[in-house]
Amino acid sequence: MTIDNSMQISFELNGSMRRARVEPHERLIDLLRDVLGETGTKEGCGEGECGACTVLVEGRAVNSCLFPAPEVEGLRVVTIEGLCGEGLQLSPVQAAFLEGGATQCGFCTPGMVVSTVALLGENPAPSASDIRNALTGNLCRCTGYVQIVEAIQSAAAKLSAGGEA
Amino acid sequence: MSELRHVGQAAPRPEGADKLAGRTRYIHDIKRPGMLYGKIKYAEHAHARILNVDTSKAERLPGVKAVLTAYDTPELRIGFLRDNFALKRDKVRQFRDEVAAVAAIDPDIARQAVELIEVEYEPLPGVFSVEEALADGAPLVHETDARGRPLTTNRLALEFSHDSGDVDAACSAAAHVVEREYTVPRVQQSCMGTAGCIAEFDGRGNLEMLVKTQIPFLAQRDYARALAALGLADKSVRVIVPALGGGFGTGLDTHVYEYIAILLAWRAGKPVKILFERDEEFAFLSPRQSAVTRIRQGCDAEGKLLFRHLEVSQDNGAYTSWGATFPSVMLMPATSLYRVPNVRFESRIVYTNNTYCQAMRGYGNPEVTLPIESSLDELAEAAGIDPLDMRRINTNRPGDVTPMGLKIGTCGLEECLDKTAGRIDWRAKHGRQRALKRGVGMASLIHVGGGGKIYRSDGSGIILKLDDYGTVNVNYGGVEMGQGLHAALTAMVAEALGVLPARVVINQTDTATCPWDVGTHASRGAFMAGNAAILASDKLRVQIFEWAERIYPVEVAKAIARAGAEGKAADVPTGFDFESVGRERFDLKDGWLFVRDAPDHPVFRISLGKLLRAAHFPPEGDPSTVFAAEAFYEPPTQLPDWKKGVGNMSANYTFGTQGVEVEVDVETGDVKILALAFALDVGRVLNPQTLAGQVYGGIAQGVGYALYEEVKTDRGRILNPNFTDYKIPSAADIDFPIELDFIETDDPSGPFGAKGVGEPGLVPTAPAIANAIYDAVGVRITDLPITPEKVLAALIEKQRPACPGAPTPQPLMRP
Repeated sequence: MTIDNSMQISFELNGSMRRARVEPHERLIDLLRDVLGETGTKEGCGEGECGACTVLVEGRAVNSCLFPAPEVEGLRVVTIEGLCGEGLQLSPVQAAFLEGGATQCGFCTPGMVVSTVALLGENPAPSASDIRNALTGNLCRCTGYVQIVEAIQSAAAKLSAGGEA
Repeated sequence: MSELRHVGQAAPRPEGADKLAGRTRYIHDIKRPGMLYGKIKYAEHAHARILNVDTSKAERLPGVKAVLTAYDTPELRIGFLRDNFALKRDKVRQFRDEVAAVAAIDPDIARQAVELIEVEYEPLPGVFSVEEALADGAPLVHETDARGRPLTTNRLALEFSHDSGDVDAACSAAAHVVEREYTVPRVQQSCMGTAGCIAEFDGRGNLEMLVKTQIPFLAQRDYARALAALGLADKSVRVIVPALGGGFGTGLDTHVYEYIAILLAWRAGKPVKILFERDEEFAFLSPRQSAVTRIRQGCDAEGKLLFRHLEVSQDNGAYTSWGATFPSVMLMPATSLYRVPNVRFESRIVYTNNTYCQAMRGYGNPEVTLPIESSLDELAEAAGIDPLDMRRINTNRPGDVTPMGLKIGTCGLEECLDKTAGRIDWRAKHGRQRALKRGVGMASLIHVGGGGKIYRSDGSGIILKLDDYGTVNVNYGGVEMGQGLHAALTAMVAEALGVLPARVVINQTDTATCPWDVGTHASRGAFMAGNAAILASDKLRVQIFEWAERIYPVEVAKAIARAGAEGKAADVPTGFDFESVGRERFDLKDGWLFVRDAPDHPVFRISLGKLLRAAHFPPEGDPSTVFAAEAFYEPPTQLPDWKKGVGNMSANYTFGTQGVEVEVDVETGDVKILALAFALDVGRVLNPQTLAGQVYGGIAQGVGYALYEEVKTDRGRILNPNFTDYKIPSAADIDFPIELDFIETDDPSGPFGAKGVGEPGLVPTAPAIANAIYDAVGVRITDLPITPEKVLAALIEKQRPACPGAPTPQPLMRP
């Protein structure tokens, strides 16, 4: 006979309380994408190597492919969808990426943007080298990272003039 | 073209906002009602006879809806030479051979079911290198060809060669000759979005494929052939391309997993999705081919190139994709990078029991540009000529016809050489920084910039359809995979038609709505789409202006009456006869129709939307009309004769030069890039932002190819199927300044003068780095990737005292 180890959790996702029944071994990315239908978060490797699945848990960037879903019980989770403003409005980091040409195929982009928000939360005025080091866990095959680094510097400058990431 | 309004603007890509918001739907994000998940059982040997496949346990697993083997499905032959099969029957020829497949209600059950399939094998000896494959008595990878005729060798019957002038006489006459062998590895394209598809049949038996591909129309043909094998020859196939998480050549063939999805969907009567996980992508999706090239080049005492001779051996792996035809593109740099009058090119492509290979960005070009440009530096040294001068002496020039018959129209190579030399301070630095273990190196490229004709057609169709509000719906069969096609096409349609870019909407690539296109490869997307868009826009403008001839007097009269009613009649200029304007006097700009010589007043211009809406309600007696135009652009090129290696395969050629400065750590062998510059003859910049992005990305891939990327195998088994063991550049690795110069040569064949530029970024990077390492520390690394181990081994070797008459010493450390 099979034993049901699943548990009920509730957590805040992009500003709304969500409830879900999860298995002990369930990955946060599967909860977000497959159960809750928030497909903005991408799975690029499933092993924590590429960063495409990066989300914020209590403001900290984590690889949702490695993060156990039950662990978000009672916590605040923000995904790429949650960074957008009212309606179709992009957040300053997203807008800087768009205007700076920092997205190409776009598959790494949600993770890259979420990692950037986490970085700017810790270091509002990062140097190019700070940015490069902070993003080593977010792989991109299209851009060569040049316009990503430029976009992040531009976002940082705009944010330091007032605004929220 | 000073009046260009949209072409040349750094506008953000039109699909960008959705990508930033996480709204873009990739194959990973798509679910269909009732969808099943397919998984494949792969071979456990590189070469073995299949004795028995037992699927009974898998079939009994609850949730499994279909289990397939070659024994209960029709034979589907696939691949460039049709030497591959959807499911393998008699033997497996590589570790990734597909032996069975399942479809289940969720991916976990599918995975479990695959593990329950038991296969008995009789292992066979395998061949894992070109030498092993061509040795006397070597086991045959294929005993017969696709038509059942017996094969006696592992060498493929694909011939790509060239022999022009008199290479032997030129070699004898040359003042300086150098010769060396170069090796390039298999590398993985490493799209961030893995491969996947959903196959779905409707109630009439028609197939709809959502698939990550770069060739929707050739795929449609391939799938239709598969349907015919299933007895469904009268059914239709629709291919829809979702957003691609990168392409880089992985989508130039149809893949075995796609056919398996079709078979499973047909068997189960449900949509079936197969999506690769990252380790599957590494192990079961074809990488770029490896190659070994022997090159000999010679010049006269003044440094003028006299001849070039290349022999290329390519490890094809067990089956044949389009990627096997890399030598078709190698012929181009071999015969036509710099002026060289006598050229011999020989190639052999060989089956092995390694993973079979496929296309990747550059398609054969980087593989031979490494030998050509490394060898050129060696030749310059032998001749006592500065490598920059050597290149300038031999540069291609406008009007050249190369030994391959390539007609060089515009050519900015000399300017690229000079720009790059200036950017990296060549004259001050070359040969002068050895004390610092620093060096500079350069390498150039030639690539197809106006399509690349390696197929009977190299054409592209487009449909432009206007809606009632002046929005242009663009149906184009090419694929946006991140390269910026939609950004370029948006600007070109807006420019050519006379509307605002915001009014241009590019629809999803879909064989049901888009006209035929050969595929998005060979740097052809923007070039082809733009030329087709210009043709279609010209037709659409004729339709609009014909209609305007009838409706303009009516609408202007109404506008004047309105102005009168508002008491503004006095502001309306008089004397302009708006009632009899011939169609040739109209123009359209930014969505406004106007008469070129009309007074500048709002009553004399009509918004495109208003004009179009009026068409539903024509003046009495006039017919109504619709506004749509289609056009097919086929570039004026030749399909080369591959055995002779002659034919003008592209409408124009892109040239460029990369320069790089490196510092070598002689204790560790580490190579650090200090700066990189790239001057590229792009014809015309269509969008400086997306162009730069594409080129930066190419350079990063070139750095990976040069310094660390390699699919490692042991007797056919892939050893590094993940991003920890297969390193691609991270943000921290691209920590050096990159300076780009775009040279605008305004090519007459290009849309607005533009050439194709998708691939060039990575082509010259590895030889530029190899040449810079030589300048820094005097060692020449001839096999990629240039790892610290190889550099260190070469440095140690260089320090050993020479021993006259002794055999060539072996390196102390084997890489």
